[in-house]
Amino acid sequence: MSTHRFAVNVTPKPGILDPQGRAVEGSLDHLGISGVSAVRVGRRVELTVDAADEPGALAIVERLAGELLANPLIEAYAIESIAGASSTSASPPTAAPATAGERHA
Amino acid sequence: MTVRIGVVVFPGSNCDRDTVHALAQAGAEPVELWHEEASLQGVAAVILPGGFAYGDYLRAGVIARFSPVMRSLAEFADGGGLVLGICNGFQVLAEAGLVPGALLRNRSLRFLGREVSISAERLDTLFTHALTDAGPLRMPIAHGEGCYFADDATLDALEADGRVLFRYVDDAGERAAEDDRVANPNGSLRAIAGVMNAAGNVAGLMPHPERASEAILGSEDGAGIVRSLVESAAKAVGERRVTVGV
Repeated sequence: MSTHRFAVNVTPKPGILDPQGRAVEGSLDHLGISGVSAVRVGRRVELTVDAADEPGALAIVERLAGELLANPLIEAYAIESIAGASSTSASPPTAAPATAGERHA
Repeated sequence: MTVRIGVVVFPGSNCDRDTVHALAQAGAEPVELWHEEASLQGVAAVILPGGFAYGDYLRAGVIARFSPVMRSLAEFADGGGLVLGICNGFQVLAEAGLVPGALLRNRSLRFLGREVSISAERLDTLFTHALTDAGPLRMPIAHGEGCYFADDATLDALEADGRVLFRYVDDAGERAAEDDRVANPNGSLRAIAGVMNAAGNVAGLMPHPERASEAILGSEDGAGIVRSLVESAAKAVGERRVTVGV
Protein backbone atom coordinates (compact mmCIF):
# COMPACT_ATOMS: atom_id res chain seq x y z
CA MET A 1 0.00 0.00 0.00
CA SER A 2 1.11 3.52 -0.59
CA THR A 3 -0.28 6.90 0.25
CA HIS A 4 -0.95 9.52 -2.37
CA ARG A 5 -2.07 13.11 -2.08
CA PHE A 6 -4.13 14.70 -4.82
CA ALA A 7 -5.92 17.91 -5.55
CA VAL A 8 -9.04 18.00 -7.71
CA ASN A 9 -9.66 21.38 -9.30
CA VAL A 10 -13.27 21.85 -10.30
CA THR A 11 -14.21 24.77 -12.55
CA PRO A 12 -17.31 25.83 -14.45
CA LYS A 13 -17.15 24.55 -18.00
CA PRO A 14 -16.48 27.10 -20.73
CA GLY A 15 -19.68 28.87 -21.65
CA ILE A 16 -21.40 28.03 -18.38
CA LEU A 17 -22.65 31.10 -16.60
CA ASP A 18 -20.51 31.83 -13.54
CA PRO A 19 -22.20 34.50 -11.41
CA GLN A 20 -19.43 34.28 -8.80
CA GLY A 21 -16.76 34.99 -11.38
CA ARG A 22 -18.79 37.90 -12.64
CA ALA A 23 -19.17 39.28 -9.12
CA VAL A 24 -15.40 39.10 -8.63
CA GLU A 25 -14.89 40.93 -11.92
CA GLY A 26 -17.39 43.53 -10.84
CA SER A 27 -15.37 44.28 -7.71
CA LEU A 28 -12.12 44.97 -9.54
CA ASP A 29 -13.01 48.56 -10.28
CA HIS A 30 -13.27 49.23 -6.57
CA LEU A 31 -9.73 47.93 -6.14
CA GLY A 32 -8.47 50.17 -8.92
CA ILE A 33 -7.48 47.13 -10.97
CA SER A 34 -8.04 47.06 -14.70
CA GLY A 35 -7.22 44.61 -17.48
CA VAL A 36 -8.55 41.52 -15.70
CA SER A 37 -11.26 39.52 -17.42
CA ALA A 38 -12.74 36.04 -17.79
CA VAL A 39 -12.71 35.34 -14.06
CA ARG A 40 -14.01 31.86 -13.29
CA VAL A 41 -14.52 30.71 -9.74
CA GLY A 42 -14.15 27.02 -9.00
CA ARG A 43 -13.41 24.72 -6.13
CA ARG A 44 -10.28 22.85 -5.08
CA VAL A 45 -10.56 19.62 -3.14
CA GLU A 46 -7.41 18.07 -1.63
CA LEU A 47 -7.43 14.49 -0.48
CA THR A 48 -5.23 11.58 0.57
CA VAL A 49 -5.73 8.12 -0.92
CA ASP A 50 -4.32 4.80 0.30
CA ALA A 51 -4.04 2.37 -2.59
CA ALA A 52 -1.81 -0.38 -3.95
CA ASP A 53 -0.05 2.01 -6.28
CA GLU A 54 -0.34 5.40 -7.92
CA PRO A 55 -2.54 4.31 -10.88
CA GLY A 56 -4.87 2.62 -8.42
CA ALA A 57 -5.08 5.76 -6.33
CA LEU A 58 -5.67 7.86 -9.40
CA ALA A 59 -8.51 5.61 -10.52
CA ILE A 60 -10.23 6.17 -7.18
CA VAL A 61 -9.85 9.93 -7.48
CA GLU A 62 -11.12 9.85 -11.07
CA ARG A 63 -14.30 8.11 -9.95
CA LEU A 64 -14.75 10.43 -7.00
CA ALA A 65 -14.24 13.50 -9.16
CA GLY A 66 -16.59 12.37 -11.95
CA GLU A 67 -19.40 11.12 -9.74
CA LEU A 68 -19.34 13.46 -6.78
CA LEU A 69 -16.94 16.40 -6.78
CA ALA A 70 -17.93 17.69 -10.23
CA ASN A 71 -21.25 17.71 -12.04
CA PRO A 72 -20.18 16.82 -15.59
CA LEU A 73 -23.10 18.79 -17.04
CA ILE A 74 -21.71 22.07 -15.82
CA GLU A 75 -18.23 21.52 -14.44
CA ALA A 76 -14.84 20.31 -15.64
CA TYR A 77 -12.19 18.91 -13.36
CA ALA A 78 -8.47 18.38 -13.40
CA ILE A 79 -6.63 16.07 -11.05
CA GLU A 80 -3.11 16.85 -9.92
CA SER A 81 -0.74 14.96 -7.72
CA ILE A 82 0.49 17.25 -4.99
CA ALA A 83 4.26 17.07 -5.34
CA GLY A 84 6.19 15.81 -2.33
CA ALA A 85 3.10 14.75 -0.47
CA SER A 86 3.09 11.15 -1.63
CA SER A 87 4.81 8.42 0.31
CA THR A 88 5.27 4.73 -0.30
CA SER A 89 5.66 2.23 2.48
CA ALA A 90 7.89 -0.04 0.42
CA SER A 91 10.41 2.54 -0.68
CA PRO A 92 11.50 6.00 0.37
CA PRO A 93 9.52 8.87 -1.11
CA THR A 94 10.55 9.95 -4.56
CA ALA A 95 9.70 13.15 -6.32
CA ALA A 96 6.14 12.84 -7.52
CA PRO A 97 5.41 13.88 -11.08
CA ALA A 98 4.04 17.37 -11.40
CA THR A 99 0.85 16.07 -12.89
CA ALA A 100 -0.30 12.56 -12.21
CA GLY A 101 -3.27 12.78 -14.50
CA GLU A 102 -5.49 15.31 -16.05
CA ARG A 103 -8.84 14.89 -17.59
CA HIS A 104 -11.62 17.23 -18.40
CA ALA A 105 -15.10 15.88 -17.92
CA MET B 1 -58.88 3.82 -0.16
CA THR B 2 -56.57 6.63 0.72
CA VAL B 3 -53.48 6.71 -1.40
CA ARG B 4 -50.15 6.65 0.48
CA ILE B 5 -47.55 9.14 -0.68
CA GLY B 6 -44.00 9.28 0.64
CA VAL B 7 -42.15 12.43 1.67
CA VAL B 8 -38.40 11.91 1.92
CA VAL B 9 -36.74 13.48 4.94
CA PHE B 10 -33.06 14.32 4.55
CA PRO B 11 -30.99 15.97 7.26
CA GLY B 12 -31.67 19.60 6.41
CA SER B 13 -35.07 19.13 4.78
CA ASN B 14 -37.29 21.95 6.01
CA CYS B 15 -40.44 21.71 3.91
CA ASP B 16 -41.20 18.09 4.75
CA ARG B 17 -43.90 18.99 7.28
CA ASP B 18 -45.48 21.53 4.92
CA THR B 19 -45.54 18.88 2.23
CA VAL B 20 -47.06 16.31 4.59
CA HIS B 21 -49.75 18.84 5.47
CA ALA B 22 -50.49 19.71 1.85
CA LEU B 23 -50.75 16.02 0.94
CA ALA B 24 -53.18 15.38 3.79
CA GLN B 25 -55.23 18.40 2.66
CA ALA B 26 -55.35 16.86 -0.81
CA GLY B 27 -56.74 13.64 0.62
CA ALA B 28 -53.62 11.48 0.65
CA GLU B 29 -51.99 9.61 3.52
CA PRO B 30 -48.48 11.09 3.84
CA VAL B 31 -45.67 8.73 4.81
CA GLU B 32 -42.37 10.20 5.95
CA LEU B 33 -39.40 8.31 4.52
CA TRP B 34 -36.13 8.73 6.41
CA HIS B 35 -33.23 9.07 3.96
CA GLU B 36 -31.16 6.30 5.57
CA GLU B 37 -33.90 3.72 5.07
CA ALA B 38 -33.92 2.12 1.65
CA SER B 39 -37.56 1.08 2.01
CA LEU B 40 -40.20 3.16 0.28
CA GLN B 41 -42.85 1.41 2.41
CA GLY B 42 -45.05 0.62 -0.53
CA VAL B 43 -46.05 4.21 -1.28
CA ALA B 44 -47.68 5.07 -4.60
CA ALA B 45 -45.67 8.26 -5.20
CA VAL B 46 -42.79 10.13 -3.60
CA ILE B 47 -42.13 13.82 -3.04
CA LEU B 48 -38.62 15.11 -2.41
CA PRO B 49 -39.32 18.24 -0.38
CA GLY B 50 -37.55 21.56 -0.12
CA GLY B 51 -34.79 22.39 2.31
CA PHE B 52 -31.04 22.23 2.47
CA ALA B 53 -30.25 18.53 2.44
CA TYR B 54 -26.80 17.99 3.95
CA GLY B 55 -26.42 21.73 4.24
CA ASP B 56 -26.15 22.03 0.45
CA TYR B 57 -22.45 21.22 0.89
CA LEU B 58 -20.40 20.80 -2.29
CA ARG B 59 -23.42 21.41 -4.55
CA ALA B 60 -27.07 21.63 -3.65
CA GLY B 61 -28.55 18.15 -3.74
CA VAL B 62 -25.43 16.18 -4.54
CA ILE B 63 -24.76 14.52 -1.18
CA ALA B 64 -28.42 13.62 -0.77
CA ARG B 65 -28.23 11.88 -4.11
CA PHE B 66 -26.15 9.11 -2.54
CA SER B 67 -28.56 8.37 0.32
CA PRO B 68 -29.90 4.79 0.58
CA VAL B 69 -33.42 6.07 -0.10
CA MET B 70 -32.26 7.53 -3.42
CA ARG B 71 -31.16 4.15 -4.75
CA SER B 72 -34.65 2.80 -4.08
CA LEU B 73 -36.14 5.96 -5.54
CA ALA B 74 -34.19 5.55 -8.80
CA GLU B 75 -35.53 1.99 -9.16
CA PHE B 76 -39.03 3.20 -8.28
CA ALA B 77 -38.79 5.91 -10.95
CA ASP B 78 -37.41 3.47 -13.53
CA GLY B 79 -40.43 1.27 -12.88
CA GLY B 80 -42.79 4.15 -13.66
CA GLY B 81 -43.31 5.37 -10.09
CA LEU B 82 -44.39 8.98 -9.67
CA VAL B 83 -41.76 11.32 -8.21
CA LEU B 84 -41.99 15.07 -7.67
CA GLY B 85 -39.05 17.17 -6.49
CA ILE B 86 -39.76 20.59 -5.04
CA CYS B 87 -36.96 23.17 -4.77
CA ASN B 88 -34.12 21.28 -3.06
CA GLY B 89 -35.91 18.10 -4.14
CA PHE B 90 -35.62 19.30 -7.76
CA GLN B 91 -31.90 19.89 -7.21
CA VAL B 92 -31.52 16.35 -5.84
CA LEU B 93 -33.37 14.89 -8.86
CA ALA B 94 -31.18 16.88 -11.25
CA GLU B 95 -27.98 15.78 -9.50
CA ALA B 96 -29.21 12.19 -9.63
CA GLY B 97 -29.88 12.53 -13.37
CA LEU B 98 -33.56 11.65 -12.89
CA VAL B 99 -34.57 14.91 -14.57
CA PRO B 100 -32.48 16.75 -17.16
CA GLY B 101 -30.41 19.85 -16.50
CA ALA B 102 -28.76 21.50 -13.51
CA LEU B 103 -29.61 24.28 -11.09
CA LEU B 104 -26.92 26.96 -10.98
CA ARG B 105 -26.38 29.75 -8.50
CA ASN B 106 -28.97 32.51 -8.91
CA ARG B 107 -27.56 35.12 -11.27
CA SER B 108 -27.96 37.76 -8.59
CA LEU B 109 -25.88 35.54 -6.25
CA ARG B 110 -28.58 36.21 -3.68
CA PHE B 111 -30.81 33.79 -1.86
CA LEU B 112 -34.33 34.69 -2.98
CA GLY B 113 -37.39 34.19 -0.84
CA ARG B 114 -40.50 35.73 -2.35
CA GLU B 115 -43.56 35.09 -4.47
CA VAL B 116 -43.32 34.49 -8.20
CA SER B 117 -45.72 33.75 -11.03
CA ILE B 118 -45.40 30.63 -13.11
CA SER B 119 -47.52 29.11 -15.82
CA ALA B 120 -48.12 25.45 -16.51
CA GLU B 121 -46.97 24.66 -20.04
CA ARG B 122 -49.20 21.60 -20.15
CA LEU B 123 -52.37 20.59 -18.35
CA ASP B 124 -52.36 16.99 -19.54
CA THR B 125 -49.55 15.63 -17.38
CA LEU B 126 -49.55 13.53 -14.20
CA PHE B 127 -48.44 16.64 -12.29
CA THR B 128 -50.76 19.30 -13.73
CA HIS B 129 -54.03 17.70 -14.86
CA ALA B 130 -55.98 18.92 -11.82
CA LEU B 131 -55.11 22.58 -12.49
CA THR B 132 -58.12 24.45 -13.79
CA ASP B 133 -55.98 26.67 -16.02
CA ALA B 134 -52.37 27.32 -16.94
CA GLY B 135 -52.10 30.32 -14.66
CA PRO B 136 -50.36 32.56 -13.82
CA LEU B 137 -49.99 30.58 -10.60
CA ARG B 138 -48.66 32.52 -7.63
CA MET B 139 -46.37 30.67 -5.23
CA PRO B 140 -43.20 31.29 -3.25
CA ILE B 141 -39.62 30.54 -4.13
CA ALA B 142 -36.88 30.17 -1.52
CA HIS B 143 -33.55 29.24 -3.01
CA GLY B 144 -29.99 30.29 -3.73
CA GLU B 145 -29.41 27.87 -6.62
CA GLY B 146 -32.41 27.91 -8.92
CA CYS B 147 -31.06 29.09 -12.25
CA TYR B 148 -32.10 26.30 -14.60
CA PHE B 149 -29.38 25.29 -17.02
CA ALA B 150 -29.09 22.75 -19.81
CA ASP B 151 -27.23 22.98 -23.11
CA ASP B 152 -29.09 24.32 -26.14
CA ALA B 153 -29.64 20.90 -27.68
CA THR B 154 -31.20 19.64 -24.45
CA LEU B 155 -33.37 22.75 -24.12
CA ASP B 156 -34.57 22.36 -27.72
CA ALA B 157 -35.37 18.71 -27.11
CA LEU B 158 -37.23 19.49 -23.87
CA GLU B 159 -39.38 22.03 -25.66
CA ALA B 160 -39.96 19.80 -28.68
CA ASP B 161 -40.99 16.90 -26.44
CA GLY B 162 -43.23 19.02 -24.22
CA ARG B 163 -41.12 18.33 -21.17
CA VAL B 164 -40.96 21.92 -19.94
CA LEU B 165 -43.62 21.78 -17.24
CA PHE B 166 -43.53 25.30 -15.77
CA ARG B 167 -42.11 28.67 -16.79
CA TYR B 168 -41.71 31.94 -14.93
CA VAL B 169 -44.08 34.53 -16.34
CA ASP B 170 -44.48 38.28 -15.97
CA ASP B 171 -47.54 40.18 -14.76
CA ALA B 172 -49.14 39.86 -18.17
CA GLY B 173 -48.73 36.11 -18.04
CA GLU B 174 -46.09 36.18 -20.77
CA ARG B 175 -42.94 34.08 -20.58
CA ALA B 176 -40.34 36.04 -18.61
CA ALA B 177 -37.15 37.18 -20.33
CA GLU B 178 -33.89 35.73 -19.05
CA ASP B 179 -32.75 39.15 -17.89
CA ASP B 180 -36.05 40.08 -16.28
CA ARG B 181 -34.91 39.76 -12.69
CA VAL B 182 -38.39 40.45 -11.34
CA ALA B 183 -40.34 37.83 -13.26
CA ASN B 184 -37.46 35.38 -13.79
CA PRO B 185 -35.79 35.86 -10.43
CA ASN B 186 -32.90 33.42 -10.76
CA GLY B 187 -32.17 33.91 -14.47
CA SER B 188 -33.27 30.45 -15.58
CA LEU B 189 -32.64 29.68 -19.23
CA ARG B 190 -35.82 30.03 -21.29
CA ALA B 191 -37.55 30.95 -17.99
CA ILE B 192 -37.81 27.28 -17.08
CA ALA B 193 -39.18 26.73 -13.57
CA GLY B 194 -39.95 23.01 -13.84
CA VAL B 195 -39.26 20.05 -16.12
CA MET B 196 -40.04 16.38 -16.35
CA ASN B 197 -38.25 13.25 -17.53
CA ALA B 198 -38.86 11.59 -20.88
CA ALA B 199 -41.32 9.07 -19.49
CA GLY B 200 -43.34 11.83 -17.81
CA ASN B 201 -43.34 10.21 -14.36
CA VAL B 202 -40.60 12.28 -12.69
CA ALA B 203 -40.83 16.06 -12.40
CA GLY B 204 -39.14 18.87 -10.52
CA LEU B 205 -39.82 22.55 -9.97
CA MET B 206 -38.16 25.31 -7.98
CA PRO B 207 -41.28 27.13 -6.67
CA HIS B 208 -43.17 25.70 -3.70
CA PRO B 209 -46.73 24.54 -4.53
CA GLU B 210 -47.09 23.06 -1.02
CA ARG B 211 -46.58 26.51 0.49
CA ALA B 212 -49.39 27.90 -1.66
CA SER B 213 -51.96 25.19 -1.17
CA GLU B 214 -54.66 26.88 0.91
CA ALA B 215 -56.17 30.34 1.08
CA ILE B 216 -54.81 31.05 4.57
CA LEU B 217 -51.28 30.86 3.10
CA GLY B 218 -52.06 33.70 0.72
CA SER B 219 -52.43 31.54 -2.37
CA GLU B 220 -53.95 28.19 -3.18
CA ASP B 221 -52.59 28.14 -6.71
CA GLY B 222 -50.25 25.29 -5.80
CA ALA B 223 -53.00 23.02 -4.54
CA GLY B 224 -53.81 21.85 -8.05
CA ILE B 225 -50.27 20.54 -8.49
CA VAL B 226 -50.39 18.60 -5.22
CA ARG B 227 -53.86 17.33 -6.09
CA SER B 228 -52.69 16.26 -9.56
CA LEU B 229 -49.97 14.11 -7.98
CA VAL B 230 -52.37 12.59 -5.45
CA GLU B 231 -54.97 11.77 -8.11
CA SER B 232 -52.35 10.38 -10.49
CA ALA B 233 -50.95 8.20 -7.71
CA ALA B 234 -54.42 6.93 -6.79
CA LYS B 235 -55.11 6.14 -10.42
CA ALA B 236 -51.78 4.34 -10.77
CA VAL B 237 -52.56 2.20 -7.72
CA GLY B 238 -55.94 1.40 -9.22
CA GLU B 239 -54.28 0.30 -12.42
CA ARG B 240 -51.69 -1.64 -10.40
CA ARG B 241 -48.91 -0.36 -12.56
CA VAL B 242 -46.83 1.18 -9.81
CA THR B 243 -43.86 -0.81 -8.63
CA VAL B 244 -44.39 -1.21 -4.93
CA GLY B 245 -41.31 -0.15 -3.03
CA VAL B 246 -39.66 -2.92 -1.04
